[in-house]
Amino acid sequence: MIQFTINDQQVEAQHGWTILEAAREHGIDIPTLCYHEAVAPSGACRLCMVELKDGNWSKLVASCIYPVAEGIHVYTETERVHNVRRWIFEMLLATCPASPEISALAERYGVTSTRFSAADPDRTCMVCGLCSRVCEEVVGLSAIATVDRGVYKRVGAPFSRPTDVCVACGCCLSVCPTGAMQSLFDTVRGIPATIMTQLTA
Amino acid sequence: MYSLNSALRVDTPRLDSAEALNAYRENLIAGQDPNQTLVVVCHGTGCMANGSNRVTAAFQNAIEGADIKAKVMPGIKTTGCQGFCSRGPLVLIRPQGLFYQRVKEKDVEEIIQRTLIEGQPVERLLYKDPQTGKRIHTEQEIPFYKLQERVVLHNIGKIDPTDITDAIAAGAYRALAKALSGMTLEQVVSEVEQSGLRGRGGAGFPTGRKWRSAMAAIEKKGRPVYVVVNGDEGDPGAFMDRTIMEGDPHSVLEGLILGAYALGAEQGYLYVRAEYPLAIQHLEIAMAQARELGLLGENILNSGFSFDARINRGAGAFVCGESTALFTSIEGKPGNPRPKYTRSVEEGLWGRPTILNNVETWANVPLIIDKGGDWYAGLGVPHSTGTKVFSLVGKVNNVGLVEVPMGVPVSHIVEAIGGGVPGGAPFKAVQTGGPSGGCIPYHLKETPVDFDSLTKAGSMMGSGAMIVMDDSDCVVDVARYFLRFLEEESCGKCLPCRLGLTRMREMLDAFSKGVGTERDIEDLISLSQAIQDGALCALGSSAPNPVLTTINYFRDEYRAHFSDHKCPAGVCKDLITFSIDPDACTGCRSCARQCPNNCISGEKKQPHVIDANQCIRCGICKETCKFDAVRVS
Ligand SMILES: Cc1cc2nc3c(=O)[nH]c(=O)nc-3n(C[C@H](O)[C@H](O)[C@H](O)COP(=O)(O)O)c2cc1C
Ligand code: SF4
Ligand code: SF4
Ligand code: SF4
Ligand code: FES
Ligand code: FES
Repeated sequence: MIQFTINDQQVEAQHGWTILEAAREHGIDIPTLCYHEAVAPSGACRLCMVELKDGNWSKLVASCIYPVAEGIHVYTETERVHNVRRWIFEMLLATCPASPEISALAERYGVTSTRFSAADPDRTCMVCGLCSRVCEEVVGLSAIATVDRGVYKRVGAPFSRPTDVCVACGCCLSVCPTGAMQSLFDTVRGIPATIMTQLTA
Repeated sequence: MYSLNSALRVDTPRLDSAEALNAYRENLIAGQDPNQTLVVVCHGTGCMANGSNRVTAAFQNAIEGADIKAKVMPGIKTTGCQGFCSRGPLVLIRPQGLFYQRVKEKDVEEIIQRTLIEGQPVERLLYKDPQTGKRIHTEQEIPFYKLQERVVLHNIGKIDPTDITDAIAAGAYRALAKALSGMTLEQVVSEVEQSGLRGRGGAGFPTGRKWRSAMAAIEKKGRPVYVVVNGDEGDPGAFMDRTIMEGDPHSVLEGLILGAYALGAEQGYLYVRAEYPLAIQHLEIAMAQARELGLLGENILNSGFSFDARINRGAGAFVCGESTALFTSIEGKPGNPRPKYTRSVEEGLWGRPTILNNVETWANVPLIIDKGGDWYAGLGVPHSTGTKVFSLVGKVNNVGLVEVPMGVPVSHIVEAIGGGVPGGAPFKAVQTGGPSGGCIPYHLKETPVDFDSLTKAGSMMGSGAMIVMDDSDCVVDVARYFLRFLEEESCGKCLPCRLGLTRMREMLDAFSKGVGTERDIEDLISLSQAIQDGALCALGSSAPNPVLTTINYFRDEYRAHFSDHKCPAGVCKDLITFSIDPDACTGCRSCARQCPNNCISGEKKQPHVIDANQCIRCGICKETCKFDAVRVS
C-alpha cells in the first residue's frame, strides 16, 4: 500500500493506481471529461488537474495519468487548479454550446457563463477522443478516428469517408460525454439507407 | 568533392586501433602544404541560395585552364556556412586569409588575376566596416568574427564537410580514439558531468546528470539502450543545428558515438528535419565514410565496441521536436506527445532507456572528452558553462550565426557583433527562445545571456534564435505571429493548447483592431497561467511566454491599441493611416504608379495625395518613395 495525502487527508492506494483512482476510492471529487474506466487514460481534457506540493515547490499534473507515489501531497482545490478548470470550462462552453452535458458539468463547478463567443452554435463535440479510443481498445475496431491535427482536429470516419467497419454496437454513444456522438454517428456510418431513399425520393 | 560511392581519396585500410587513427591523422597533416593557395567557397544554405555554387564552378573552370594552373596551382575547397550569411556568397583566400564578400561569378576572373596571380586584394570585394568606412582584409579583423569565440563551430567554414580526411586532419575522432584507448564508461560520463554542459535544445537540462540517470536506468532495466540526436530544429529564425549538421557532421556523429560508448548502446538515431536535405546528405556521407574507416559500425577501431546509427527524416511538424513525440515518430506512429509522466532516460524509444540530446549538445561532447570537463567548465559562467551558438536575425546589420561564451551581455551579441539596428537606432527588444521564449527589452540589454538570467528576465535560452526588433515592430503583432505559428503546430490533443491558443490569438486580433479593455489584458494573463499549468506538453505550456513578456515590458503599447486606437509602431493595419507630406513630396509619381489600388493622385512635380478611404494600407507607397514623403500615423 502507498501512503500519501489528498487535501491534507491521509489516504492509501495500491501500487499502480493513478491519483484520480485513489481520489475516487476515497470519495474525493475531481472533474473529468476524457476519462473512462473502460479505456486507457489519454490526458487530453486537462480538467482533472491537481496540484502537487512539497514545501515551496509545486506543480500541476493530470490526476488521471499521474501514478500515486509514497509521501506526495496532492491538492484538488487550489487557486491554480481552479484557474485551469475555470478557463477550460469557459472555453468549452463556447466550443460546444449545444451540449447540455457540458453546461451541466461546468455549472457543477461554478462556471455558468463564458467570455468567449461561440464559433458554431450547433457544435457539441470537443474532440476528447473517447469514442475512437473505446472503438479501438474495447470493441477492437477503428471505425472512428480523429482527423486533421492541431486546432483543426475533428472526429469522423477514417479518411473522412463513411465506413462499413462499424458494427453499430453503440459503445461510442455510451461513452461520449457531450452527446455529440448521437449526431456524428451518421457521418461515421454514412447516412442510413432508409433515409437515403427518403431523401432521393 | 567527395561522393558517397567513391572510394576514399587516400588509400586507406580500415583503421584497426586508436594509434592507427592518430598515425593516419599525422600522415594527413604532413601531406598538407600550409602555404598552398586555397580558394575557400562557402557552400552553406545561405550562400548557395545566392549562387555560391556558380562561383565555385567559375573558379574550377578558370583554374582548369592550363595557363593559370602552371603559375599558382590553387586548390578549391567548399565548406559549410561560415556564419556571415548576410554577406554571402563568401570566398576566402588562404593562407593570407583574405575575406571576400558578395562574390559573383563575374568577380572570379578578377580574383584570379589580382589575387591569385598578382598577390593583391580586390578592394571592392573586401568587407567595409560600417563605422569607419574602411575596408578590412582578413576574416579575423572583422568585428563580427573577432568578437566571437568559436568553439563548437571551430571547424565549420574550415573543413570540407563531405571529406572525412579533412575533418580528421582538423582533429575529428581524436576524442573517440582517446576514449577507446583507456577511458572507462564511467570516466566518459564523469567528464561530461564535470563540464557542466547543459542541453542546448531548449530546457537546459544538465547533460551529465541525464547520462548518469540513464546509467542508473540501465542498472535496473538492462540493455538495449538508445542514443538519439534531436535535429528537428523548428523555431522560426533558428539555423544553428542545420549549420552544424551541414558544416561539421562529424562533430555530431563523434559525440553520438561517445555517448553510445558511455552507455553501451549499439544503435543510435539521428532525427533530422525533412526540410534539411543538405544536412541529411552530409550526415549520410559522414556516416558512410566513418564506416569505411572503421569509426562506425562493427568493432569500432578494433576495440570490441560496436555501434551504428541511422537517420530518420522528421515528420514535418514542430511538435515532433518534443522528446516523446520524437520517439513516437521514430517508432513509426504519428508524432504526438505522450501523456505519460515518465522520464525518457528510463522509458524512451520503444520503452527502453534512451538519451536524447540536441545537435549542438552532442557536438560539444567530443571537445569535452578531448580537452577535459574542467577545461570546458572554465568557459562561460558557473551554471551555464561553455559557449552557445545563436542565429541572429531580424532588424540587425550582421545577420548570421554567432558563437559566444555563455554569460556575455545581450548587447555584446546584438550591438557589438551584430552591429545593431540598420540606421543606428537602438533596438527595441530581442526575442530569445523563439515561440516559447520571450523578449528582452532595450533597457535590459546588459542581461547576461545564460540559462538562469534569461529565465529570470521572463524569457528563456531556448534553442538559440535571437530575433532583433526595432521601433517598427509592434509587440502585439509579434505576439500574434508566434501564437499563430503555435496554433498551426499544436498537435491538438489537449484542450488548454488546442482551444486556448486560438482564444489568446483572438484577443490579440481584437487589440490589433483597436478593440479591448484593461480587463482583457488581465484575462490574457490569467488564461496564460491556465495554459502554462494545464497543457500536456511544453509546446502548450511555453506558448504564452511571448505574450506574457511583451505585456510585462510593453504594457503601454498594448494599451495604446485599444485606448488611443493607435499602433505606435505603425504596423496594425486597422489603426494606421498613410498620408503624403506635401513638403517632402517631389511629385515624382513613383508611388502613384506602384499603388495597387490606384488611390494616389496628383500632377507631375506637384505634391500627391492619398485617398484615405480607398487606401488598403499595404505600405507599398512608403517603400517606393525615395524622398521619405509617405507618413504613417
Ligand atoms: C514543441 C517542442 C519542440 C522542440 N523542438 C526541439 C528541437 O527541434 N530540437 C531540440 O533539440 N529540442 C527540441 N525540443 C526539446 C526536446 O524536447 C528535448 O528537451 C531536447 O531535445 C533534449 O536535448 P538537450 O538536453 O540536449 O537539449 C522541443 C521541445 C518542445 C516542447
Ligand atoms: S463525439 Fe463525444 S466522445 Fe467522441 S470526441 Fe466528440 S465529445 Fe468525445
Ligand atoms: S500542449 Fe499542444 S502540442 Fe502539446 S499535447 Fe497539448 S495540444 Fe498537443
Ligand atoms: S498604402 Fe498601399 S493602398 Fe495605400 S496609398 Fe499606399 S500604396 Fe496605395
Ligand atoms: S480526465 Fe484527465 S485529462 Fe481528461
Ligand atoms: S551560408 Fe555562407 S555564410 Fe552562412
